[in-house]
Amino acid sequence: MKDKKLTIVTFLCNWCSYEGADKAGNARLECPANVRVIKVMCSGRVEPQFVIQAFKEGASGVLILGCHPGDCHYKKGNYKTIRRVNLLKKTLKQFGIEQDRVRLDWVSASEGEKFAKVANEMAETIKQLGPLSELNILEGVDYAEA
Amino acid sequence: MAKKISIDPITRLEGHGKIEIFLDDDGNVKNAYLQVPELKGFEQFCVGRPVEELARITPRICGVCPTTHHMCSTKALDAVYHVKPTETALKLRRLIYDAFMAEDHLLHFFFLGGPDFVVGPNAPAGERNILGVIGKVGVEIGKKVIDMRRRLRSIITHLGGRVIHPVCGLPGGISKGLAEDQRQAFLKVAKDSVEFSKFCLQVFNDIVLKNDTYLDLIVGDIFQHQTYYMGLVDENNKEDLYDGMVRVVDPTGKEYVKFAGKDYLDHIVEHVEPWSYIKFPYLKNVGWKGFEDGIDSGVYRVAPLARLNVADGMKTPLAQAEYEKMFETLGKPSHHTLAFHWARLIEVMYVCEEMVQLLEDKFITNPDIRNLPTETPDEGVGVIEAPRGTLFHHYKTDENGMVSGVNLIVATVNNSAAISMSIAKAAKNLIKNGKVDDGLLNMVEMAFRPYDPCLACATHSLPGKMPLIVNIRDKNREIIKKIKRD
Amino acid sequence: MPKPKVAFYWCASCGGCEEAIVDLNEDILKVVELVDIVFWPCAMDFKYQDVRDMEDKEITVAFINGAIRTDEQEEMAKLLRKKSLLVVAFGACSHLGGIPGLANFWDRKTIFESSYGKGCPSVDNPDFVVPQTVTEVPEGELELPAFHNTVKSLDQVIDVDYYLPGCSPAPYLTMQAIEAILSGELPEKGTVLAPEKTLCDVCDRNETKPEKMSISQIKRISEVIADPEKCFLAEGIICLGPITRAGCTEEGSGRCITANMPCRGCYGPPTEVKDVGGKMISALASILGLENEENMSDEDVEKLMNQVVDPAGYFYRFSLPTSLLRRKRMNNPAKEDK
Repeated sequence: MKDKKLTIVTFLCNWCSYEGADKAGNARLECPANVRVIKVMCSGRVEPQFVIQAFKEGASGVLILGCHPGDCHYKKGNYKTIRRVNLLKKTLKQFGIEQDRVRLDWVSASEGEKFAKVANEMAETIKQLGPLSELNILEGVDYAEA
Repeated sequence: MAKKISIDPITRLEGHGKIEIFLDDDGNVKNAYLQVPELKGFEQFCVGRPVEELARITPRICGVCPTTHHMCSTKALDAVYHVKPTETALKLRRLIYDAFMAEDHLLHFFFLGGPDFVVGPNAPAGERNILGVIGKVGVEIGKKVIDMRRRLRSIITHLGGRVIHPVCGLPGGISKGLAEDQRQAFLKVAKDSVEFSKFCLQVFNDIVLKNDTYLDLIVGDIFQHQTYYMGLVDENNKEDLYDGMVRVVDPTGKEYVKFAGKDYLDHIVEHVEPWSYIKFPYLKNVGWKGFEDGIDSGVYRVAPLARLNVADGMKTPLAQAEYEKMFETLGKPSHHTLAFHWARLIEVMYVCEEMVQLLEDKFITNPDIRNLPTETPDEGVGVIEAPRGTLFHHYKTDENGMVSGVNLIVATVNNSAAISMSIAKAAKNLIKNGKVDDGLLNMVEMAFRPYDPCLACATHSLPGKMPLIVNIRDKNREIIKKIKRD
Repeated sequence: MPKPKVAFYWCASCGGCEEAIVDLNEDILKVVELVDIVFWPCAMDFKYQDVRDMEDKEITVAFINGAIRTDEQEEMAKLLRKKSLLVVAFGACSHLGGIPGLANFWDRKTIFESSYGKGCPSVDNPDFVVPQTVTEVPEGELELPAFHNTVKSLDQVIDVDYYLPGCSPAPYLTMQAIEAILSGELPEKGTVLAPEKTLCDVCDRNETKPEKMSISQIKRISEVIADPEKCFLAEGIICLGPITRAGCTEEGSGRCITANMPCRGCYGPPTEVKDVGGKMISALASILGLENEENMSDEDVEKLMNQVVDPAGYFYRFSLPTSLLRRKRMNNPAKEDK
């Protein structure tokens, strides 16, 4: 990721949201350029560790889009995603990472417009929040700050 | 030319320390400073944690006396949740605590402080360690010390889960009870430990008290400070280590104040200096007058000698007899810093006797070891006597028991001003006209070691050396003289 | 043939790892017959200059415990690296950052305030005097090492050959490590010298786990009397067994489990895991509310997850400095819940 500022790492599931994103593309709906897509088979595949890694690497936001609850291709994958993302966001808050930097939503294969809407909303939120501050390991002796 | 002598690091201390001694142009000591070059920040990083977890986090303040932090923290949890432990839980907590005090004090006597006496301050440096001690008392005894400590520590391991950072403390009780077969096994350990304490006091009597040179050193002026003393006492003003009221006596031995642990902020304040990370507690209502002795200075001392000075007596018979003997010899209160070593052994006797009493009571195997909290948590203070002094854990929480504030006054820290004073006094009395030699090194170390400054970590076998380097630097920090003791 | 030289050093340490060496009991006598201990500040009087005077790689193995918190500790770690053939990170603090690593949720300024300033109720310090690296006193100058803003593990400042995990490492593992070093039969560099299994694999309470684990409520250990035989997680009590390396006891359940207290993860994760918290969030969230997951509304989920208080403090208790994020972002304080 060359330009790390305001990058939104976006996980799309193979069966629903990826298709939805495709649809948005085909319909030439305007989508933000800083959304970087990673395709996974199911939103349930998205481990909290992936999200944390994304922030570590410099992402400013993470977007996870899966099938609507009840429609998961693997039946129950997305239910677990709901709970994991909830607990993850609480944990990230303790690291100084605002909860709004992570968003979980549902986009079916036919919902091109929803994809564009969610992606654009996320871009705006992240723009307001600004880039995630650099990992600030202050070396040395600056006692003037103490 | 003014000079600075550095001893860095001082060794056989919990955490890190160094001593800086400044000489004037005539080579006499102007002043000496003990600097503690580290801080961890427990008081801050405990904030935001569930309060019951503090009993598992705070022991990491010290891995030699984790049990003391664990117990004090558990008592603070009782206070925060307004819940009392069950009778059995209280007995078990006391049992664990007595076992810990015994093994920790024994470690210090045989491996750290003891060599100064058992082998002697004028003995060659290479002998002032456990090997020298074993040389004096024999290999069999050496093995017995290792074995005694191991058996005492096994009591803590069994009930606490692990001996380094035990985990059993909970608000209202403890997590694990004692079965009958274990009670009997531990009773044997306790009885053996009473016999062992008798032996230790006999060693001290034969090797130290019967030796005029050592006795002179103990009662001499170089290692004396007329300070206030602080310790816990029970309702009869007898020494108690696990619980009680905090009692302070003035340098004449008169009771100055007695307060409940939760009121510590009315009586203790900490002074900060920019040249050390450690703080310097003093008596609030007497005031900070600097690193000074006397009834007008708020400096006070804690730990074994202080506790015996503060108490009107010991709760158990053999320890009481020893207490009387010590004060007959030294007078009460005793201001003799080196007598901390003696007082420490008397405390070993007390806790071993108490362990026997606790284990002889079959009620200690009762399964009712926990009262569940029912009240909303808010704030509480736990106070306990650590081997090295009075320990306070003060926690504040929200209504969900999440920590919003922590304040700790940690045992040895109470002695930090006194340790600095002891080092300065020893240095001033021993270094004259720029002459620095082996005697300095011995005596300076002997000035801080009686306080058993927290880490009493020893090995079972040292390579026979206690080398020390003293660098004498001129104003430009060039080394102009190096004294090495191998 | 001269005996191999061994050094022990402690950085931001509590001393428990020194005690762990002492707990080798009689075995330490065997060790001392085979090696020369040339540096051990907690127990012997060798000074820093003695180490500086040594040849490079003169020390066969240095066991370094404690996290890196100050300049002095970082310098000593680098010095010992230079003078030693092998460096073993001994204990949770040097391996993972340990308990001192919890300070990475704060910064130096806040810590100083809570120790010396307005955050501390027992201090009388209206001018907010704080420790300085250099202080002028009437007699001359005094120096202190600088206090870093962020705690680090040992391998974040020097190259580390092996790790002995645990807070503190079990004596039997230490003995095995020493024997391996002396015999030269060492595994690949970077190995953690402890079993590859997790605590759950070896725990006596394993058999009490139901076929399908589902927790409907989290219970804090202070609120309940834990069943002395049942799996903690199955009962709703947070236990880090699934994500923690086994080894704290030679056989059977872990040390804390035998005292009827849940695991807090001091041995660190198994080898493949980079971020303890990430994995534990996944594991815990999966089983919390599993039974009813199809019927839970967003509010239900929120209410359920709120029962996990202080998730970062539970999951990163010992490993914050070596987690993926390493510390809290101080310039970016979390905005209030939206």
